[in-house]
Amino acid sequence: MAKVKTFEFDTLSNHAGQRPDKDTGSRAVPIYQTASYVFRDSDAGAAMFNIERGGHVYSRISNPTTAVLEERISALEGGVGAVATASGQAAVYNAIATLVDQGGHIVASYALYGGTHNLFEYTLPRFGITTTFVDPNDIEGFKKAIKPETRLIFGETVANPKTEVFNIPEISKIAHDHELPLVIDSTTTTPYLIKPFDLGADIVVHSATKFLSGHGTTMAGLIVDGGTFDWESTDKFPQMTDKYEGFHNLSFTEEFGPAAFISRVRNEAARDFGSCLAPHSAFLVLNGTETLSVRMDKHISNTNQVVEYLDQHDMVDWVSHPNLTNHPNHDLAKELLPKGSTAVFSFGIKGGREIGQVFIDRLDLFSNLANIGDAKSLVIHPASTTHQRMSVEALEEAGISEGLIRLSIGIESVDDLIEDLENGFRAAAKALKKS
Amino acid sequence: MYIDVDNQKTYIATGSREHVEGNLGMTFIHGTAMDHTVWTLAGRHFARKGLNIHAVDLPGHGRSEGSVIDTIEGMADWVMRSLDATQQEKTIIVGHSMGSLVAFDVAARYPDRISTLVMVGTSIPMPVGEVLLNSAKDDLDVAKEMVNFWSHSKSAHLGGSQVPGTWMIGKLQRLLERSGPGVIYNDLKACQDYTSGIERSKDIDCPTLLILGEDDFMTPVRNSKSLAENIPQSRTVMLPNCGHAIVNEAPNEMLDAIATVV
Repeated sequence: MAKVKTFEFDTLSNHAGQRPDKDTGSRAVPIYQTASYVFRDSDAGAAMFNIERGGHVYSRISNPTTAVLEERISALEGGVGAVATASGQAAVYNAIATLVDQGGHIVASYALYGGTHNLFEYTLPRFGITTTFVDPNDIEGFKKAIKPETRLIFGETVANPKTEVFNIPEISKIAHDHELPLVIDSTTTTPYLIKPFDLGADIVVHSATKFLSGHGTTMAGLIVDGGTFDWESTDKFPQMTDKYEGFHNLSFTEEFGPAAFISRVRNEAARDFGSCLAPHSAFLVLNGTETLSVRMDKHISNTNQVVEYLDQHDMVDWVSHPNLTNHPNHDLAKELLPKGSTAVFSFGIKGGREIGQVFIDRLDLFSNLANIGDAKSLVIHPASTTHQRMSVEALEEAGISEGLIRLSIGIESVDDLIEDLENGFRAAAKALKKS
Repeated sequence: MYIDVDNQKTYIATGSREHVEGNLGMTFIHGTAMDHTVWTLAGRHFARKGLNIHAVDLPGHGRSEGSVIDTIEGMADWVMRSLDATQQEKTIIVGHSMGSLVAFDVAARYPDRISTLVMVGTSIPMPVGEVLLNSAKDDLDVAKEMVNFWSHSKSAHLGGSQVPGTWMIGKLQRLLERSGPGVIYNDLKACQDYTSGIERSKDIDCPTLLILGEDDFMTPVRNSKSLAENIPQSRTVMLPNCGHAIVNEAPNEMLDAIATVV
């Protein structure tokens, strides 16, 4: 059968979205550090404001540097378009706020990043939006949690920090059977490890602060529209289908077809909430995307060796990583994430919280900080930091024990990483003996 | 808005503005397996300029009900009936790819109703490769991928959309995926079979603008030359570094070119 030969991942991760600058020939993406753009004439200005021409009006809504990043990630994900945001948290919020009105409801995996959990559990209810949290392995639980006012299902590809793998194919079927979009946070996996749209997701969000930028330098987020969800199949999304008074009675589905959702994000969320990405930050993330596959391969190969080392260590109670056959999603991870599942995972150290702190404080290469997806290896104790606002019950529900230690494996020499961990374990063992 | 054509629910986009009685019409006709959304920017522009925008979804396409029409002439007659349904006596007519053949046929056979003809990404004849046609006949997904692939210039495959944040390849692919079974084959076959065009060129008595992409693989520029030579009042705008999907790759230049004949 005939096949179409399109550009492959590594070509797109280096080139997509950019045509070399016409005026200067600049090979690198120029940083357009400008707030606004001169209109050719008054009529062209009116045309820009009325969505009659492509281009930029004001950098809160779009910017040429940021647009390259948006196109690039959209290309890598296989979507129709993207909007960049100031952080991953802003990406999640803007996607939710575009789809869910006051009185609306979300069904979400309970295995979520602490910041997302906080948004869903405590902040969104202030605006009349509630969430039912479901065990990501309880597929039927998602179906049972859906209410008439539910507007989306939300999950993370591979959850942070317990590494539950979200069954996108099965849960997307449930979502679509109920005329709901599936929104997937693919921060820990990036489009290199998994393509959520190919598996049934409709919208993808990223914290580009993590692996996409890859160097722990930049706050950034992205919302990507798969262009697959049929907003007109239901009356649940009048913000997509009905005339929008906030933009001269424009109907997003009528005017933009498969790009309806992302057009609404840009013309409402980006415009009104203002969480735009700075062009310099977009430039830094673009630099990261150029080496994405190379870094992710190294992250994964290092992780594979560290997981094996930890799994056999006397000081380790348990390791939660899909590589291990005792992980509940081992087979699912092999199916959905054949290149590797995640470089962010957790383990439990013998002796609990105090011994864990001794271990962390003894590490030299692993940095104790609140981030993941850096080229450098990172470590943190979630119960006292990233997830500290969660109640004991919520922590238990999310599987986060007090002794849990989260690692984000970097791309250093793996022998040095293992030696660093071994030094930590020696100190921990000594402290445990004394206690 | 929805109108009734041949007792079937038919969608026409109006650029988000209501028609004004007595104003000149501007009719847009989409290409193979597409719909009115390819004209959104231009439609909004010329609606603001006071034209009655009539961007159709041909039968069996987009939001319009009914079966697909299997000849360009049949589509042209249907377009006339849709204009009658909205009481538009005189219109500028703009078509892309297959839609350009329909617009051409309307202008040739109903000259009293057309003030200006604009053909975007066009050639007459418009032959279709055997591999593509056979894939489309079997309703294979690869047919949609081929149309998408060959519709864009090489550089567009790396992006650079004029509409910020839009991945052109992904957007057109999703639009093609929305077309129903048999639609791509029907449309491609209709293009292939429309062989009477050159003879009708002499019947075009209105100003005519051809907007062509220099890197068009679907309707190569060399195939458009005889058309330009045979239409009495024709002018050509050649867009450098642009493929067949001009509506996607160069919406601003296309709009500027159309504006010169409005």
